[in-house]
Amino acid sequence: MNAPQPSIRGVSIDVRGVTKRYKSARGEPIQALELVDLDIAPGEFISIVGPSGCGKSTLMMLVSGLIPVSSGEIRVDGKPIFGAVKQAGIVFQRDVLLDWRSVLDNVMLPVEIKKLDPKTHLVKARQLLASVGLAGFEDKYPGELSGGMRQRASICRALVQNPGLLLMDEPFGALDALTREQMNVDLQRIWMQERNTVVFITHSIEEAVLLADRVVVMSARPGRIADVLEIDMPRPRGSHSRSDPAFLHHVEKIRRHFMALGILSEA
Amino acid sequence: MADVLQQTLPDERTSRSRAWFSQNLPVIAIVIALFLGWELAVRLLNVAEYVLPAPSVIIAKMVSSWELLLVNAWATTLEILLGFGMSVFIGIPLAVLVVYSRVFERVAFPLMVSLQTIPKVALAPILVMWLGYGIMPKVMVAFLISFFPIVINAVIGMRSAEKEMIYLAQSMGASELTTFLKIRLPKALPSIFGGLKVGIGQAVVGATVGEFIAAEKGLGYLQLISQVRLDTPLLFAAVVMLSLIGVTLFNIIAWLERVCLPWSRLRTETDS
Ligand SMILES: Nc1ncnc2c1ncn2[C@@H]1O[C@H](COP(=O)(O)OP(=O)(O)OP(=O)(O)O)[C@@H](O)[C@H]1O
Ligand SMILES: [Mg+2]
Repeated sequence: MNAPQPSIRGVSIDVRGVTKRYKSARGEPIQALELVDLDIAPGEFISIVGPSGCGKSTLMMLVSGLIPVSSGEIRVDGKPIFGAVKQAGIVFQRDVLLDWRSVLDNVMLPVEIKKLDPKTHLVKARQLLASVGLAGFEDKYPGELSGGMRQRASICRALVQNPGLLLMDEPFGALDALTREQMNVDLQRIWMQERNTVVFITHSIEEAVLLADRVVVMSARPGRIADVLEIDMPRPRGSHSRSDPAFLHHVEKIRRHFMALGILSEA
Repeated sequence: MADVLQQTLPDERTSRSRAWFSQNLPVIAIVIALFLGWELAVRLLNVAEYVLPAPSVIIAKMVSSWELLLVNAWATTLEILLGFGMSVFIGIPLAVLVVYSRVFERVAFPLMVSLQTIPKVALAPILVMWLGYGIMPKVMVAFLISFFPIVINAVIGMRSAEKEMIYLAQSMGASELTTFLKIRLPKALPSIFGGLKVGIGQAVVGATVGEFIAAEKGLGYLQLISQVRLDTPLLFAAVVMLSLIGVTLFNIIAWLERVCLPWSRLRTETDS
């Protein structure tokens, strides 16, 4: 029913000289991010890889506007952000489904809160759930789902509102390898239809390369951008792309990056 | 026999009540054995009725004095419900204030927690002095004693929402009120119900103790009278009535919880 929209829905993001300091529980400052610069084009798919604790989640939270920067500036659609970015759909590292709502009601939460039209979005919510293999689970409670199913439901929740910006923090970390591969394919298909801007955090180098237009490689402590790789492989990509020489080349390059940074070491 | 039952009554409710029965069979058996032992011991050892009446004597007493028991049970129930109701209607909004207001969090809550250590029962004589012999002092004791578990559990519950849940609501542009209604409150409900379940038991204690101090009716008052008259069976009958009130009120809340939070049963069902 929804004709595939050729126009790009995504917003642009400019991250300029952004740093972030946290205060530890003891009051000492923790430098989580140091001078990050990143420009993301509308409708672009960006993957971020980096060692644990390098500030990937922090960067995503800053872009979402949910936590303030310590210095620097972030612009969404050219405008500096104040408070939460309303165009953002977020999938957190932990799936945060509301236990007391059915799966469908969880997915409809943004529609409810933003007071969007319930009828059309109900159709969309059901379509999304079906597209990630959750047809028939609409009326179940999250407590009745497996970890992977919960995460898929929370992805549907982020997508239901046609967000101009999709922020995903290791969304597939809890999934088994098979489901994960399928989810990669599904996410790419949805993105190619909707053309939202995607910031996709992952631990998997292969996943990052498979999905992204550009892969941002981060180094640890304090977190900064070590490299940005252009992935110019044809879409749609899928299992077949994994044996593509370009794919292997990019994966190998990122791996060498991590070795050079001392994060990965040869046996 | 079991097969016959299953064939003739395949209805889900019967099978569920049968499951309940078989699950609780040990408890039921122990209770029955206990009462039988009690009955036998009293009869065989010839224990005087004013020391320990047999269960059968207590039941007979309850039947013969049912009107007296009911009138006083109603008086006590009213005190319990008023005191408990006050706790809920003051306690829950107070918990909201503690969660949302710096002043209440920093000043009122710690104060409340330290006041919590005062034995509320010891305040009963003072309350009687202030409020007289009517229903009020009992309601106040029931209120004071059931108030703390309700407030504290509600506060803990409302603070239990994960950071990400709040972020999620904020990213959707939810107002503070929407975040409260759609996230904090439902998230707190299991904990709130936990507090209510503790509180209702405490309210029964509070009302009874209030009646011990000074009263003209109620089961606690009835106990005092029976004690003076050495009417031990009536004393026991009053205890039975009190337990019945407590168990009934507790189960009403437990039932409400099941109706309001069908999803929270999932957690407990998995470990059975
Ligand atoms: N709320 C916070 N308060 C204090 N320090 C924090 C906070 N959140 C993150 N940090 C610190 O900031 C650094 C970056 O954290 P962040 O969660 O962004 O890492 P990450 O790259 O997402 O790691 P992972 O891959 O393990 O999820 C870490 O050293 C962490 O200890
Ligand atoms: Mg993270």
